[in-house]
Amino acid sequence: MKFELPPLKYEAGDLAPQLSAETLEYHHGKHHLAYVNNLNNLLPGSPFEEATLETMIRKAEGGIFNNAAQVWNHTFYFASLSPTGKRTPSGTVAKAIDAEYGSFEGFREAFTKAATTLFGSGWAWLCMKPDGRLLITQESNAGNPIRSGLMPLMTCDVWEHAYYIDYRNRRPDYIKAFWELLDWKVIGERYDEALKK
Amino acid sequence: MKTKAILTFTIVLGLITVNNKIMAQNYNFPELPYAYNALEPYIDAQTMEIHYTKHHRAYFDNFVKAAGEAKIDNLTLEDIFSRISIYSPAIRNNGGGYYNHMLFWKVMGPNTGGQPEGDLLKAIDETFGSFDKFKADFETAAKTQFGSGWAWLAVDANGKLFVSQTPNQDNPLMDVAAKRGKPVLGLDVWEHAYYLKYQNRRPEYVANFWNVVNWKKVAELYKAAVK
Repeated sequence: MKFELPPLKYEAGDLAPQLSAETLEYHHGKHHLAYVNNLNNLLPGSPFEEATLETMIRKAEGGIFNNAAQVWNHTFYFASLSPTGKRTPSGTVAKAIDAEYGSFEGFREAFTKAATTLFGSGWAWLCMKPDGRLLITQESNAGNPIRSGLMPLMTCDVWEHAYYIDYRNRRPDYIKAFWELLDWKVIGERYDEALKK
Repeated sequence: MKTKAILTFTIVLGLITVNNKIMAQNYNFPELPYAYNALEPYIDAQTMEIHYTKHHRAYFDNFVKAAGEAKIDNLTLEDIFSRISIYSPAIRNNGGGYYNHMLFWKVMGPNTGGQPEGDLLKAIDETFGSFDKFKADFETAAKTQFGSGWAWLAVDANGKLFVSQTPNQDNPLMDVAAKRGKPVLGLDVWEHAYYLKYQNRRPEYVANFWNVVNWKKVAELYKAAVK
């Protein structure tokens, strides 16, 4: 299967000032694209030639895992950002967040801590466990919670390339901006989908 | 009797003070041995300044704090690294970040580049076949380290050179490293080391590194490591 770079559903400049057009142009147009191209180069002749990204995330190792997971992770991340989205959760996902973390504020704090303290390159995640409860996790490098049987609901990219142009070493400032771009309509839909599984 | 007691007390207090001073001075934040713009155009001044004053400084401060809390701040970095697996991530990550950057600044400099001479060149030829083959090995290590990390040239327990890569702020002195030895050359491939100038083009940053390698310094480190 040949993979293609999924287009952004907004213009590169639409997330400014929180994320600059330059950041989006590199992050999506160079990094995300490179993972797609690398994966397409690695697949021919491999056992994963016809596999889905999710299967590669579950079973592959090395370069195929890294690139497949990074394609998936970036698609998932970009799809949850929006210039005009709903900035707070509502409905079923809001109830689940309140049940697990006391309040949206409590959840924000816990997730921010996970994103801030992940050392090196990686991702912070909100997931649904098989029992339906929520869980925040940290994954290094290309790591993706699907590999350990969790269902991802939202993610924050904390590779330095996600924020270095706009925030330099100040990762906490980037995470603060991330909350201002997050679209809870998307995450609410993911939550409702995950409930059905 | 009373005088003697007071005198003893004073001497003890004095010793504690001296001891505390020694402890506090066990780790120093090193001076950058050149100006921020000294490695232009290969490493830009803005990157150098943020890298040294923000990233390196934070690793140093956090390490000193963590080592103090763990009451191991009387130990050398080498001692700590040799059994890093028993310490906290804060010691490993920040101690590594402190040491690795210190080495990184040392092995670079203005008006450098070229190639090593003498015993170091001989050892490189013997181990890798040629200087160019060594460079290719080292570049591969630097380019294929997925995510944050470092590429190294180091000397193993038998005095033999090897090239390796480590994730995050690990280094070959640590007991968790796949290949252990004394580093004589290190290249930072965290994105913060090159993103402002090279963005996603790590290979270009890695290729340009050779223009700023201070081989005289590397040769000194090699000489000390094989002793």
